[in-house]
Amino acid sequence: MSRATPRRIATLAVTALIGCLAAASAFAQTPAPPPTPNKGDVAWMLTASVLVLLMTVPGLALFYGGLVRTKNMLSMLMQVFFVVCIVCIIWVLYGYSLAFSEGGSLNAYVGGLSKAFLAGITPDSAAETFSNGVVIPEYVYICFQMTFACITPALIVGAMAERMKFSALVLFIPLWVTFVYFPIAHMVWYWAGPSAIVSAAKTLAAATGDAKTAAQAAMDAVTANAGLAYGWGALDFAGGTVVHINSGIAGLMGALLVGRRVGYGKEAMPPHSLTMTLIGAALLWVGWFGFNAGSALEAGGTAALAMLNTFVATAAAALAWMLAEKTAKGKPSLLGGASGAVAGLVAVTPAAGFAGPMGAIVLGIVAGFICMFFCSTIKNALGYDDALDVFGVHCIGGIIGAIGTGILAAPFLGGTGVFDYAAGKVADYDMVAQVIIQAKTVCLTLVWSGVGSFVLFNIVKLLVGLRPGTDQEREGLDLVDHGERAYNY
Amino acid sequence: MKLVTAIIKPFKLEEVRSALTDLGLQGMTVTEVKGYGRQKGHTEIYRGAEYAVSFLPKVKIEVVVPEGTVDKAVEAIVRTARTGQIGDGKIFVSPIEHAVRVRTGETDDSAI
Repeated sequence: MSRATPRRIATLAVTALIGCLAAASAFAQTPAPPPTPNKGDVAWMLTASVLVLLMTVPGLALFYGGLVRTKNMLSMLMQVFFVVCIVCIIWVLYGYSLAFSEGGSLNAYVGGLSKAFLAGITPDSAAETFSNGVVIPEYVYICFQMTFACITPALIVGAMAERMKFSALVLFIPLWVTFVYFPIAHMVWYWAGPSAIVSAAKTLAAATGDAKTAAQAAMDAVTANAGLAYGWGALDFAGGTVVHINSGIAGLMGALLVGRRVGYGKEAMPPHSLTMTLIGAALLWVGWFGFNAGSALEAGGTAALAMLNTFVATAAAALAWMLAEKTAKGKPSLLGGASGAVAGLVAVTPAAGFAGPMGAIVLGIVAGFICMFFCSTIKNALGYDDALDVFGVHCIGGIIGAIGTGILAAPFLGGTGVFDYAAGKVADYDMVAQVIIQAKTVCLTLVWSGVGSFVLFNIVKLLVGLRPGTDQEREGLDLVDHGERAYNY
Repeated sequence: MKLVTAIIKPFKLEEVRSALTDLGLQGMTVTEVKGYGRQKGHTEIYRGAEYAVSFLPKVKIEVVVPEGTVDKAVEAIVRTARTGQIGDGKIFVSPIEHAVRVRTGETDDSAI
């Protein structure tokens, strides 16, 4: 024992020395330990995810439900509720992976299946935010994005309200999220993340000679690891294209293919409860703070800007719609105010973290006027039965917002500009170029979702049919599809 | 016995009921109805979709009164239900042949 002690001390000393050297060299290569989530960010993102669920159930369900006739109230609630439930499951099975993982040769259009069944994700897995070195747990990112995947197809059902069979919807929704929503979300939102770009940029800046060529190639590879529209440079803060244009054009396709309601244009089809509609619209507004401010992915200044914009753009659009109605029809209506609020929320969605508050007010006013004109004059002139104005509010409002984002993000208009991760500062802003990119992204979404939805609706029509019989439609979908009625008194 | 049927504006119901009760009348039947007269309907607009609403909500009061009380009852309804605006309603008086109280079997005037 006594002889062993000095040897043991020597061994310990050598081990400690080697350990120090190893630590020193490791320190030289990777200066920062892996970032840990900030509890404030995590708490906010958990809350934001729940707020977005609140938008859909009960917010959207009540908003839509109040607008239909008494006999279809439950069918409306049930359709929205069903969509949320089914998409939650699909999202964790393969949706998250298709939207937010690297997609190999198809990476520009859709993700891969490497994260199907949430493979490899643990409570310690982290997802990057928009700041280099800031992360949140991947599970909360999955939940947050799940709620977006849930509300988008739920928005579509309003267009075919009162006349689409439940069985057709049950078939349509899984197909639509798989072939339309997940690819569009990937195209607009998927990117390599800030840390990969920042570290590639550092390597590039330090490299010389042959190493510079290699570093440039690595940098190009990192930049290219993004969805198609993201690669173009499209700005969509919280889903103007992914959620609203996407669902709005799908709704128009649905309204055209399912056809008009029996008696449309001849019989009165007034909303059965505007009280419910206002409750729903108000819940949408409240939940939308999770949607827009949550899209900052952190509890910080950008989230605060998005929250402020979500207040003022909504108020401005509601006032604009009321004023337009007062001028054109003589009376400002509650439904007009509520519709204007939703139009403003839609329009500010892509701009929420990019526009300044004064820009957001202008955006809201424009959206209120144009959507009002679309839902009353143009819809009546064209004669399609978009029952709850999904196209007129969400697609048109979304387009106004997407294009408006390109204008209002400009720093000289009070916007934030676009952050250049490679340079580590806000880049010079070229408004014309940005507006062109925004317009290209709008067209991409309109074509992908328009054509995709057209094909999918036709497939469903061939398999189970889209509409109930005329007698059943007259009786109401509550009794025909669900065997119950909304009100028993 | 006469049946007095009055169609009035819904918010006047309580005043009319109270005036008829003051005359000593012991009951009445009230129905929520829809209809139109010279007042016609109105237009409702929902996001640009205009609907002509032809039938307006009214309240129909039916009360059976003894011969001697008819004029006083009609006068009471006219006095309380009148606003002077178009759409105040109508009163119809028609004969009743026979009346029976279910509980006691009493008939005619003693049954009402």
